[in-house]
Amino acid sequence: MALTLADVARIAHLARLDIDATEAQAVHAKLESIFALIDALDTVDTAGVEPMAHAQDTAMPLRDDVVTETDQHALFQRGAPAVTDGLYLVPRVVE
Amino acid sequence: MTWETVIGLETHAQLSTAAKIFSGASTAFGAAPNSQAAAVDLALPGVLPVLNRGAVERAIRFGLAVGATIHRRSVFARKNYFYPDLPKGYQISQFEIPVVVGGSIGILSPSRGEMRVNLTRAHLEEDAGKSLHEDFHGMSGIDLNRAGTPLLEIVTEPDMRSADEAVAYARALHALVRWIGICDGNMQEGSFRCDANVSVRRTGATTLGTRCEIKNLNSFRFMQEAIDHEVRRQIELIEDGGTVVQETRLYDPDRRETRSMRSKEDAQDYRYFPDPDLPPLMIDEAWIDRVRGEMPELPEAMQARWRTAYALPAADAQALTASRELAAYFEVAARTAGGEARIVANWVLGDLAAALNRGGVEIAHAAVSANALAGLIRRIGDGTISGRIAKDVFEAMWQGEATGDDAADVIIARKGLRQIADVGAIEKIVDDALAANAAIVAEYKAGKEKAFNSLVGKVMAASKGKANPAQVNAILKQKLG
Repeated sequence: MALTLADVARIAHLARLDIDATEAQAVHAKLESIFALIDALDTVDTAGVEPMAHAQDTAMPLRDDVVTETDQHALFQRGAPAVTDGLYLVPRVVE
Repeated sequence: MTWETVIGLETHAQLSTAAKIFSGASTAFGAAPNSQAAAVDLALPGVLPVLNRGAVERAIRFGLAVGATIHRRSVFARKNYFYPDLPKGYQISQFEIPVVVGGSIGILSPSRGEMRVNLTRAHLEEDAGKSLHEDFHGMSGIDLNRAGTPLLEIVTEPDMRSADEAVAYARALHALVRWIGICDGNMQEGSFRCDANVSVRRTGATTLGTRCEIKNLNSFRFMQEAIDHEVRRQIELIEDGGTVVQETRLYDPDRRETRSMRSKEDAQDYRYFPDPDLPPLMIDEAWIDRVRGEMPELPEAMQARWRTAYALPAADAQALTASRELAAYFEVAARTAGGEARIVANWVLGDLAAALNRGGVEIAHAAVSANALAGLIRRIGDGTISGRIAKDVFEAMWQGEATGDDAADVIIARKGLRQIADVGAIEKIVDDALAANAAIVAEYKAGKEKAFNSLVGKVMAASKGKANPAQVNAILKQKLG
């Protein structure tokens, strides 16, 4: 599969990675090698094989519907860059 | 040129669990900001989600209620996107294998009559937090109390052909999720949110037109207005030679229009993949059987039963199953009134509903109990009072002038409202009325049919409503004939 520099730019945008043109070239080369591996995997005949949803053959553990957590926002917010009135403050986002 | 509208709905029903879907934090509405955001909800390093059994059980209830397939094995996936109110950078949702597939909900379409809206799927997922864009020193405020609240996203096939049908479906779904106790349905608090996918095509076309998704439909009235507006916009656009662009549009209730929110060009690529933190959800037969055993009689079954047993019209049966409380009220009243179920339905949907509306009262707190209403209706049936007087008695009961199952009898006796049964007494009133209204009698005799009704009115007024209208009619006809 041929990967273009435009694909690299789009993937970087989706991942919110700020890479410049030089870095894009390097990333492009690395991704190409990864895609080569995927191309190799694609040659395996998987007809009749159920897609795997999880690496372990185990079922989802479930918890009872009970409130077990207490208000710890003061503790959690000690690591936040900016808070006010209990709210986390982030750079303004408006759609 | 005629056009056909095609609508599909996606509804996010907030599941009524005490705790969140993957953490033990409370889901209660209105708490202080971030006081209910636990480490899992904040995506702090090292935490792992553990699925809430109560959320799964509610999904099973829904699947059973709509006759869907409940997958014995379903998979949770990561839906990746960046937004400050989504701390993990992905939402845990279900993609390829959701917990519920198929099923349908019956509605009464104003144009097509009784029909079924088919469901594509219903899947479990977590809600995001809330972003507050008021000015916090040029920044946005983030409250993560809602992050991790369990949602069931219910998706329909594009089966609806008008805003009326979309609203009828949304109302039926809203009634159903409350009926089976999986969602409180509070639209103001965002517990029941609908998005509509709307497209138009020329009548007779078999392929679908390009659709727009309308968000922010937080009331049934807005849904109606937004879809009607969007349909007009798309038709005008195409008729003017333009093409509809696939995009997400937001309904603005103040301007009563939809406006573009984001087009397909910047549509998200969510890069779904199975969440490695969560093994497949397995639901066994025993669990499904137990939930099935605990299900209440469903609205559609109840409607069918009433339509057979009580000969209720479809629209009445539907209206009476708007909630379990209303249905229970009607059932008790109909049983007590005995043989007068259609009259009971008229009273419950008419005078009672109006009184509840006026006072902003829930049916559970109605000032007139089901048995008391049945007592009133029995007195119409046995000829003790007329339907007209019954309305006054009902009003007196509503005002609390008498309570208890025999409230109607108490008020009828106290106010002397019993119909005049004595034919002689009625004849006397008729004679007096004829003598006092010679001009109207002359009009009638000159061939003006309407004058007869006027005379009936005069007699009824003179009797203070206590004469039997049918009897008055007969006596008047005889005397004038």
